[in-house]
Amino acid sequence: MIELCDVNKTYQVGESPLRALRDVSLSVQKGEYLSVMGPSGSGKSTLLNMLGLLDRPDSGSYLLNGEKTETLPEEQRAKLRGEHIGFIFQSFHLINRLTTLENIELPMMLAGVALKARRKVAMAVLSQVGLADWAQHRPNQLSGGQLQRVAIARAIVMKPRILLADEPTGNLDQASGQEVIEVLENLNREGITLMIVTHDHNLGRRAKRQIRMVDGMIETDSSTEHAPARSDTL
Amino acid sequence: MHLPDQIRFNWQIFIRHRVRTGLLLLAVGLGVASVILLTSLGEGARRYVDREFSALGNQLLIVLPGRKETTGGSPPIYGTAPRDLTLEDAQALSRIPSIKAVAPIIAGTVSVSVGSLSREVIVLGSTPEIFQVRQLEVAQGKILPDRTRTDAMAVCVLGSKLKQELFGHGRAIGEWVRAGDRRMRVIGVLVERGESLGLDLRDMIIVPVRTAEQMFNTPGLFRVLIELAGNADFSRTEAKIMEIIRERHEGDEDVTIISQDSMLAAFDNILTTLTLAIAAIAAISLVVAGILIMNLSLISVSQRKREIGLLKALGASSSQVRQLFLGESLMLVSMGSLAGVIFSWAVVMVVARLWPVFPLAAPWWSIPAAVGTALISGLVFSLLPARRAAALDPVLALRGEA
Ligand SMILES: Nc1ncnc2c1ncn2[C@@H]1O[C@H](COP(=O)(O)OP(=O)(O)OP(=O)(O)O)[C@@H](O)[C@H]1O
Ligand SMILES: [Mg+2]
Repeated sequence: MIELCDVNKTYQVGESPLRALRDVSLSVQKGEYLSVMGPSGSGKSTLLNMLGLLDRPDSGSYLLNGEKTETLPEEQRAKLRGEHIGFIFQSFHLINRLTTLENIELPMMLAGVALKARRKVAMAVLSQVGLADWAQHRPNQLSGGQLQRVAIARAIVMKPRILLADEPTGNLDQASGQEVIEVLENLNREGITLMIVTHDHNLGRRAKRQIRMVDGMIETDSSTEHAPARSDTL
Repeated sequence: MHLPDQIRFNWQIFIRHRVRTGLLLLAVGLGVASVILLTSLGEGARRYVDREFSALGNQLLIVLPGRKETTGGSPPIYGTAPRDLTLEDAQALSRIPSIKAVAPIIAGTVSVSVGSLSREVIVLGSTPEIFQVRQLEVAQGKILPDRTRTDAMAVCVLGSKLKQELFGHGRAIGEWVRAGDRRMRVIGVLVERGESLGLDLRDMIIVPVRTAEQMFNTPGLFRVLIELAGNADFSRTEAKIMEIIRERHEGDEDVTIISQDSMLAAFDNILTTLTLAIAAIAAISLVVAGILIMNLSLISVSQRKREIGLLKALGASSSQVRQLFLGESLMLVSMGSLAGVIFSWAVVMVVARLWPVFPLAAPWWSIPAAVGTALISGLVFSLLPARRAAALDPVLALRGEA
């Protein structure tokens, strides 16, 4: 469902160009569970943003469900993003003035789903992450673990096929991090494609497929352990 | 995104930023209210003049001594002082068939006293015709008698306020008052009526024209009011008047004739132009409000970067983000305009109640013009912030950078 081929991304930092992604190719099947690890600045977040259509490759191609995305106009990329991709961020990114329920409804609101239908789906999803009693609370009344579960609820409310989590436990203590991971893994078991960027090796090892990035390149990919790494040729 | 959702979303922002919202509402509301109120003032003045003129009846001509200077022509040969317009001139004019009534007027101020009570008021010296031409009526007593057309008589008619001040609730008819150095018998009191053409008819004394002539020691009339017969032709009558004046003034046309229509049209023109000018000046306040909206929106965009990034990550397109910010401004301007319209409407109502003499009224175009200007100004000035928000790179925006 994800077909990334020779993707490059270069940022201009001051005078010198910085290659955040170098000829990255990656193929992900429906329902996979991947972790992405690697040193800071190795391009993990850039890769995730690329897959989530938040960023455009400088060169290379990205097929999502067989659809060529890199040339699509912004309008359609936004639509694809809304429908197929759920984001989970390290810092939750909930809107403080909105209630838990309203935060979860946001993607549906942007997509033009009617209020009544929205409420129903949002409540169901909120129960799914175990926070049904917190529907009318505001983010500042919730703990970190609860906030991230709300963010997960928001990410899955549109029934996306891909869940992209960038250090979802980075701001959480051990116990709430564990809770959040379990919620995510449950979702994966139900069929969603899950990709987690993390610095936590214990967490990374839980994934069936582990990717290690270094310097904008995929250094190792547990699914192609014995194939020659592309970096050898560079 | 549906409109009700967008409205609710923006509403939550307004509630969250009450002070900012209040400030913007105030700016827009004041702008709209100032346009409406100032144009109401202009329109009120126009209606006031309109009403005053039509109260005179439209069959009126006013003859003033002296030539209207703007017409040019050859300069007078003998001296520069215009010849007086006299009572005899007025009597000659009254013989024109298409003229129904001629009221000569000598005006001045005089101190009127009863016992120790004394008031300085305007005195109009005229004939019984003044009551017909100016549509004056007495509440008590009689108007000037017929003999006053030709003779000085020691009688007077008082304005209602003057009567009240000199005699209180007591009887005035038949009493004596002192006007200047003359004693006069009060024969009538005018019906209570407001101002007319800037003259407070309540605070005034009417005396026979010959008496006024003696009081002010001048044969020159202040003006002559002429009421035409119902079917009279204006321009032909004007020509006739000029002919008679020429005959009597050794060939000089040294009077000016003003018709009520021409005066009304001139005033109407001036006041309408003035109202438009005032409206344009007031509209500047709406542009200022627009600039305020722009500044606060730019601040808001940079404060809400993360939120904008999030919305994009959740599937909002650039045009949706732009629409959201434009919608926010339009909503603010609409609410501010509504407040401004309600406020100015209330002010107009209250003023109309407290001060019925002045017909304060918003001209029909002022509300759409004010609200329209506010909306356009709000829209134009929020284009830049909205475009900036729409153009934010979601990745950077999510990090709070960009
Ligand atoms: N918008 C940008 N402009 C300039 N440089 C950028 C931008 N985004 C990322 N980079 C650079 O690209 C490189 C890869 O960044 P990226 O965020 O993908 O790293 P990362 O692996 O997620 O690191 P971390 O583990 O610290 O989150 C870094 O050197 C970063 O400074
Ligand atoms: Mg990162």
